[in-house]
Amino acid sequence: MTEPSAQPPTAQRIEEIARSATAELDSLENLEAVDQWRISYLGRRGTLTTVLRALSSLDVDERRTIGALANEAKNTLEDRLEQRVRHINEAALTRSASQNRLDVTLPGRPSKAGRLHPTTQIVREICSAFVAMGFGVVEGPEVEWEHYNFEMLNIPKGHPARDMWNTLWVDYEDPSGEQAMLLRTHTSPMQARVMESREPPIRVVVPGKCYRYEATDATHEWHFYQVEGLAVGEGITFADLKGTLYEFAHRLFGEERQIRFRCDYFPFVEPGVDMSIDCFACQGQGGGCRICRDSGWIEILGAGMVHPKVLEKVGYDKDRYTGFAFGMGPERIAMLKYGIDDIRHFYANDLRFLRQF
Amino acid sequence: MRVPLSWLRQYVDIDLPARELAHRLTMAGIEVSEVEVIGGWTEVFVGHVTSVRPHPNADRLRLCVVSTGSEELEVVCGAPNVAAGQKICFAKVGANIYNTHSERHETLEAAKIRGIESQGMICSAVELGLGDDHSGIIVLPDDAPTGAPLDDYLGDTVLELELTPNRLDCLSVLGVAHEVAALTGKKVQEPEANYEESGVPIAELVNISVASPELCRRYTASLLLGVKIGPSPQWLQDRLTRAGLRPINNVVDVTNFVMLEYNQPLHSFDYDLIKDATVIVRRARPGELLTTLDGVERKLTAENLVIADANDAIGLGGVIGGAESEISEGTVNVLLESATFNGANNRETAQSLGLRTEATLRFEKGLRPELAPIALRRATALIHEVAGGTVAPGIVDVLSDEGADAPVVMLTSDKIKRLLGMEVDLERVQGIMDALGFIWESAGDSGLKVTVPYWRNDINIEEDLVEEVVRTIGYDSVPTTMISSPIPVQQPAPVMVLRDQIKDLLAAAGIQEVINYPLVTLQQLEQVEQLDAAALPLRVSNPLSSDREYLRTTLRASLLATLAANQGHGAGPFRMFEAGRVFWPRNGDLPEERETVAGVLAGLRHEPSWLEDDSLLDFYDAKGVVELVLDRLGVAATYEPIDDPGFHPGRCAVIKASEAVLGMVGEVHPVVMERLGLDSPQVAVFELYLEPVLAAMPSSQQQFEPLPRYPSATRDLALVMPSDVEAARVTQLILRHEDVDRAELFDIYAGENIAEGAKSLAIHVYFQAKDRTLTNEEVNRSLDGLLRTLERELNAKLRA
Ligand SMILES: [Zn+2]
Repeated sequence: MTEPSAQPPTAQRIEEIARSATAELDSLENLEAVDQWRISYLGRRGTLTTVLRALSSLDVDERRTIGALANEAKNTLEDRLEQRVRHINEAALTRSASQNRLDVTLPGRPSKAGRLHPTTQIVREICSAFVAMGFGVVEGPEVEWEHYNFEMLNIPKGHPARDMWNTLWVDYEDPSGEQAMLLRTHTSPMQARVMESREPPIRVVVPGKCYRYEATDATHEWHFYQVEGLAVGEGITFADLKGTLYEFAHRLFGEERQIRFRCDYFPFVEPGVDMSIDCFACQGQGGGCRICRDSGWIEILGAGMVHPKVLEKVGYDKDRYTGFAFGMGPERIAMLKYGIDDIRHFYANDLRFLRQF
Repeated sequence: MRVPLSWLRQYVDIDLPARELAHRLTMAGIEVSEVEVIGGWTEVFVGHVTSVRPHPNADRLRLCVVSTGSEELEVVCGAPNVAAGQKICFAKVGANIYNTHSERHETLEAAKIRGIESQGMICSAVELGLGDDHSGIIVLPDDAPTGAPLDDYLGDTVLELELTPNRLDCLSVLGVAHEVAALTGKKVQEPEANYEESGVPIAELVNISVASPELCRRYTASLLLGVKIGPSPQWLQDRLTRAGLRPINNVVDVTNFVMLEYNQPLHSFDYDLIKDATVIVRRARPGELLTTLDGVERKLTAENLVIADANDAIGLGGVIGGAESEISEGTVNVLLESATFNGANNRETAQSLGLRTEATLRFEKGLRPELAPIALRRATALIHEVAGGTVAPGIVDVLSDEGADAPVVMLTSDKIKRLLGMEVDLERVQGIMDALGFIWESAGDSGLKVTVPYWRNDINIEEDLVEEVVRTIGYDSVPTTMISSPIPVQQPAPVMVLRDQIKDLLAAAGIQEVINYPLVTLQQLEQVEQLDAAALPLRVSNPLSSDREYLRTTLRASLLATLAANQGHGAGPFRMFEAGRVFWPRNGDLPEERETVAGVLAGLRHEPSWLEDDSLLDFYDAKGVVELVLDRLGVAATYEPIDDPGFHPGRCAVIKASEAVLGMVGEVHPVVMERLGLDSPQVAVFELYLEPVLAAMPSSQQQFEPLPRYPSATRDLALVMPSDVEAARVTQLILRHEDVDRAELFDIYAGENIAEGAKSLAIHVYFQAKDRTLTNEEVNRSLDGLLRTLERELNAKLRA
């Protein structure tokens, strides 16, 4: 430590003090030493303080220039001091943190998100494809009158086409003693209900549960979903049906999909078709493909132009309005998309199955 | 329907490979589900047995010399029916045939049988895969060409058709032939039905009347006298066998053959067994008895149409014949019936008697009346050909007032454009109509008047004809457009939006969605809720099984069953929910379908891990989920304790908003858990009814509330009170107090330092005024009042 000096301060002297003080500070690694350093340079009797005090022995001009130098040196040292203290503190924090290491290879704290049932997911996907084309989503009753499930859809009693829908009947007889209530065999009754309740233009999709009196196997469930579609208005054509379903197939199965129609029969449409898409698994090539069973095509849905008798039954002017309708099985579409080989998985509700989606 | 190509070729030329033909038919709406190839034999030929002599070393075996035209080979044969002069199926050494001993297909080798080498084999149906008959060899017709590969002579391809109910026409080979002709540009060769008539006219020999013309639009009959009943010729048997029917005798076989050929079911009666030679087509007398061909005595009603003689029913019209009048070996005179019965009535009779026959499959779809006499003449000619005898001149033809005119349907260019969105050249349309066998004449300059041919029963309106056009030109030629009219304005039903929102919230809260069958047992429902014996849940009258019989009135029953089923796979956590409908019966109406969401929580609270404790999910987890959902929806709910038999005593709350019940939350009663085999100390469930939740949601848009501008003051209270005081009561009282902003319960304590029967609740109470900073004095004054209220109302005191 330098003794207080009676010598008048010089620029050179101030520079020397600043240099040696800085060098000394940079070598200090703990707060006690830094405090000692502060006292010896910047303390009341510290070296630099002493120099400052001796300024009064200088003449006015010298006092101004040397004084400025001395003040600058003091500020610099104070800044350096602050930096050093921060450096020492941070180094200490780092040291202590490095004592608290984790085994980052251990598994994280588990938090499982719930998932929506694959049917919910696919039904939403199907519906939103149609919503984007201006369709609204409506739902209807699962327990339905025979009237809506069959009669209004041009499937009168005694019609052989009734064999297409094996029915679960509800234990209920109408006043004439006829079975009149059933678990709907398809979502199509909503076609009649929607048309009865409003005037064209109509553009809706109807998702919902359906039921059949049928033995189950890998491709048949007695309880399943359908998504029905209906568009009625002036000037709606089969070409529009094609365009709408083309767009749907592209949204669900990819831009490059081709579609194909073949003649099919449903009593509530005429002409009636079913639609296939070219197989997305083998790109329509067949050749040992499991998904399309070698045909290169996958049947996706049934469709057609609304039968004039159906329009008549709901009181529409069949010479003014035309429309198209379609229906599809979301489970089948999910099975195709995810490669599920057995429809019975869907409602067995084994969590090990459901958590995969 | 099985259509052998060999049979089809009888009426139409086919120059397409079978697979291509199958594809075209499928695309046109006649779905070919399978193309079955019969034959595919190699080294099997038509052989001629030139001599037969006994085997020197075996009584049952014989040595036959078989000529293939180019060579003569000696074979050992054990069949009892082999004889010199026969044409047979001859497998040469090297042929791959079915070996009945090893039960495999094997290559035939030259082998010594009892010391004599056999240089081939005379085959039975089994070895060639043509049937099950191993009692003897197949004997071919005499005109079979010796030396021809058997594949050329007997090989065939059968199209298996999976038909939609409208295409009745393709239940017949001729119907398919018409379709094939239209698709390939060929012409159909209809079979001939020429025969000679002689003797007394039929009109003098049988008296036929139709008493119920509404159920029998046309009844035609012919009479064959002096026929000889016996087996059918081979060609007829082959046709039937290949199409899947069993040959019976020549007369019955002809009726079946013509049914498959033309679609028209026919029936043959033993003329001599018809009392008074009188046939009356009438409704059955109530309770009238008839023993049908299958030997079953059936009791009839007036809804059943019978064919009767002067006294009794002798057949069930269009369904099945009677045993009494059946054709037998001794039959000499045959009355042949070809009629048009009412489809719906025929179907109902068949269904009520459980008798779906080949005939009813056709009648129920509504056969055209023009067909009856055509098929009658064809069958008469064939019976005459294969069973001999004479045909009485004329036929009986009783036609109802409805007549038998072919439907005439208009088809206009305008309709085609309106339906398809494209123009189809009228000449092209005419060509399509021609190819399909429709007769047309021009009607105006852009329309056709189209007469529907007798084999099509599915064409009734203009739209049907448009389909004929589009399925012929192909759907690919229709343009692809989007609907050009404006999009209708529509909003989804609020309850659907709510259901989706809740599903998303629950999934985000870590709960897995499941979807259960809505049909359960009554017992399952009884276990989780009190049933009203006077208003039981709806029942399915034809359940698939006894465990799927009743429509659920709660989601909890099936949810708990799903939990039980999953508990076998681990210790949880099990967090599942279902959003679905429950069904509440209504008198004389469809049930009320209530949108409901329910959840079940059981097992470990956290996923098993090295980090976590092993605490278990309980009531408060379920309630926390409910609070999360309702809070997110802006519903202010209260939870009132309630005792419900399905729930653990004292661990169940009914969720309410004002007086409306929104749902339940609780833990399952231990007894119920035991019955369901649930394997956890506790199972928590919740159920929310969406309509009341929707009603309890704020109807107007949530408005912004300014943030507090002045600081709040906090006081921590430790309150001792009797242990049965509900926490919600305490916080309610506190909140009701002046200047209190909120109250947070942060600890509950009972035990040491607290008197028996008492508990301590620790609560942060926040005081806040909107317009100023509350002074200490104000806060303390408020607090004093608060404490007085708590003491007065709940006997709650500050903990000493
Ligand atoms: Zn494929």
